[in-house]
Amino acid sequence: MALKNYIRERFFPHFWCAGCGHGIVMNGLIRAIEKLGLSKNDVVMVSGIGCSSRITGYLDFHTMHTLHGRALAFATGIKLSRQELKVIVPMGDGDALAIGGNHFIHAARRNIDITAIVMNNRIYGMTGGQYSPLSGYGTMASTAPYSNIDQSFDVVELAAAAGATFVARSTTYNVIEMAEMIQNAILHKGFSVVEIMSQCPTYFGRRNKLGDAVDMLKYMNRTTTTIGSQWIDEDQELIEIDSEAKEEQLKIERGIFIRKERPEYCAAYDEVIRRAKEGK
Amino acid sequence: MKGIVKFVQGNEACVEGALYAGLDFFAGYPITPSTEIAEHLAFRLPKAGGKFIQMEDEIASMCAIVGASLTGRKVMTATSGPGFSLMQEALGYAIMTEIPCVIVNVQRGGPSTGIPTHVSQGDVNQTRWGTHGDHSIIALTASNNQDVFAMTVEAFNISETYRTPVVLLFDEVVGHMRERLVLPQKGEIPIVERLRTSVKAGVDYHPYLPREDGRLPMSDFGGVHRYNVTGLYHDMWGFPSDDPGVVHGLIRHLVDKIENRTSQLARFKDFYTEDAEFLLISYGSAARSARHIVERRHRRGEKFGLLELMTLWPFPYDLVKQKAAGARYIVVVEMNTGQICQSVRLAVDRPERVFLANRIDGVLINPTDIQRMLHVIGGKGV
Ligand SMILES: Cc1ncc(C[n+]2csc(CCOP(=O)(O)OP(=O)(O)O)c2C)c(N)n1
Ligand code: SF4
Repeated sequence: MALKNYIRERFFPHFWCAGCGHGIVMNGLIRAIEKLGLSKNDVVMVSGIGCSSRITGYLDFHTMHTLHGRALAFATGIKLSRQELKVIVPMGDGDALAIGGNHFIHAARRNIDITAIVMNNRIYGMTGGQYSPLSGYGTMASTAPYSNIDQSFDVVELAAAAGATFVARSTTYNVIEMAEMIQNAILHKGFSVVEIMSQCPTYFGRRNKLGDAVDMLKYMNRTTTTIGSQWIDEDQELIEIDSEAKEEQLKIERGIFIRKERPEYCAAYDEVIRRAKEGK
Repeated sequence: MKGIVKFVQGNEACVEGALYAGLDFFAGYPITPSTEIAEHLAFRLPKAGGKFIQMEDEIASMCAIVGASLTGRKVMTATSGPGFSLMQEALGYAIMTEIPCVIVNVQRGGPSTGIPTHVSQGDVNQTRWGTHGDHSIIALTASNNQDVFAMTVEAFNISETYRTPVVLLFDEVVGHMRERLVLPQKGEIPIVERLRTSVKAGVDYHPYLPREDGRLPMSDFGGVHRYNVTGLYHDMWGFPSDDPGVVHGLIRHLVDKIENRTSQLARFKDFYTEDAEFLLISYGSAARSARHIVERRHRRGEKFGLLELMTLWPFPYDLVKQKAAGARYIVVVEMNTGQICQSVRLAVDRPERVFLANRIDGVLINPTDIQRMLHVIGGKGV
């Protein structure tokens, strides 16, 4: 099916800024679903609130645009009701891990078969550039005018520790890789997380003097690498522009970090029903 | 009414009512004094093939039932004050998106953690205005197990009929008191099933386009029609809109569909109200004590009547006005600082005749408490 067929053209033009990474994530998402050959009727997409969350409205699936941070809780109700559906939850970094952090770790812990996509632009885009739990120490934001002192989460480590059985990371620079990861995440039976490092040139880029969208994409390319490949200390120029990276001495890794089996929640619940009916 | 007789707590009567009405999805988080509802449903629902989930908090519980309802299930959650506070944002979402659901609040004393194991009726006005923005809400209550059962069934029926959340506002005494419950047989009380669209697969379905009779048929989410749902103001497609006409039309629809049916939605019981000089108005467990007084004084030949409200919201102004028309004194019996009393004063022609007999100390108001108030009103001192 042509990619265009997955889009609700009636509702375009979209509301994202020029150069926003969210559109690239949408592209990767559609490619993944197209590759998998899923019927549009088999896909449910639930989002919260934020620039990223607007993605649901533009896509021709069963779409639900809910409350800031709560998408996974709504999605849990949907998935447990209709297990046969593929449930995908795209979220902003603030949406997923600040206000929605509790739902995130508990959905991971339950290992319910939902695919969570964290569109990590390291900022609150929708409300105008406040710092998020992914901004990181030393970044600038409208609510951190003297530089941010909040430490950031590592989405991959957090998801893995909470019990997610598929955890991956990619960036908007690596669209093909990103689409493949989403594809694998959707196929995975259990709670899957794909962090996609994305760019908000309007707020994060401008406040942190990272240039325009193209500069930000290039920067993402430089600062990330496939799992286990390259040490940052080889890259002198990068060390000069990114003090945080210097401290860590490592580039941010991309790839599939966790892929394992553990009883999936809905399947386990079927067993509960069986036991209850047998009176055991 | 013939059927199985049980001796149960009010919370269990609520569970029986919910299952009778067709509940097949429950999400909740434990809190006194509502916890038994979750516990019984954890046991009962899977036996019937239904789903029970204990979520990470009440916010998630409320969200989960709304998601499940959209897919076509009959859903409920149960909580008490602190949890009810956490549910307010998602309750507003259910109002806005017109997704049927039932929320039980077994009231305890607040604010804050308050007095968890004791009775109160302090959440009446929170139920009306707890979620932000203009809206309307339906709230039902009951004073005994048989009515808890009946009102629970009603809550599901009304919620499906009008596509709106319904709150069951019980209280600790009603929830924990054990008494007789006769389970009606199947079919004895009518059950409203969800109105589903007749639009065929492959044909455009508009989730928010009313039929000629004003009702909005639903299509099970994840089924044959793909559509969008949002808590933003939206058009007939369910797509966000800030067109003033759309915004105005939607808020009017959400409020009017309830407020214009206030009389239809009014559930109540009256005892000797026709020529009552002393009209007591009460609800929930407080109404049991009010009833006690009224029966006793009536037997003595005194003109005492009781109006027991079972619909609290939308407040039945016309009903109260009419019942109170001939009364010399109107005494509202409740366990808060006068939350329903306030509405009664707005309803009646002569608000100066409305008195409050209350208790706000976590103890069930008893007939002696009411008697004392009647002495004061009668000019006989305290
Ligand atoms: C309960 C609640 N609190 C705050 C907001 C305001 N708000 C809307 S979006 C948002 C943050 C968006 O940031 P993020 O989730 O990272 O997504 P982005 O816009 O960057 O894609 C906030 C704080 C809200 N809608 N609801
Ligand atoms: S503000 Fe940032 S996140 Fe929002 S649309 Fe613009 S670029 Fe994208």
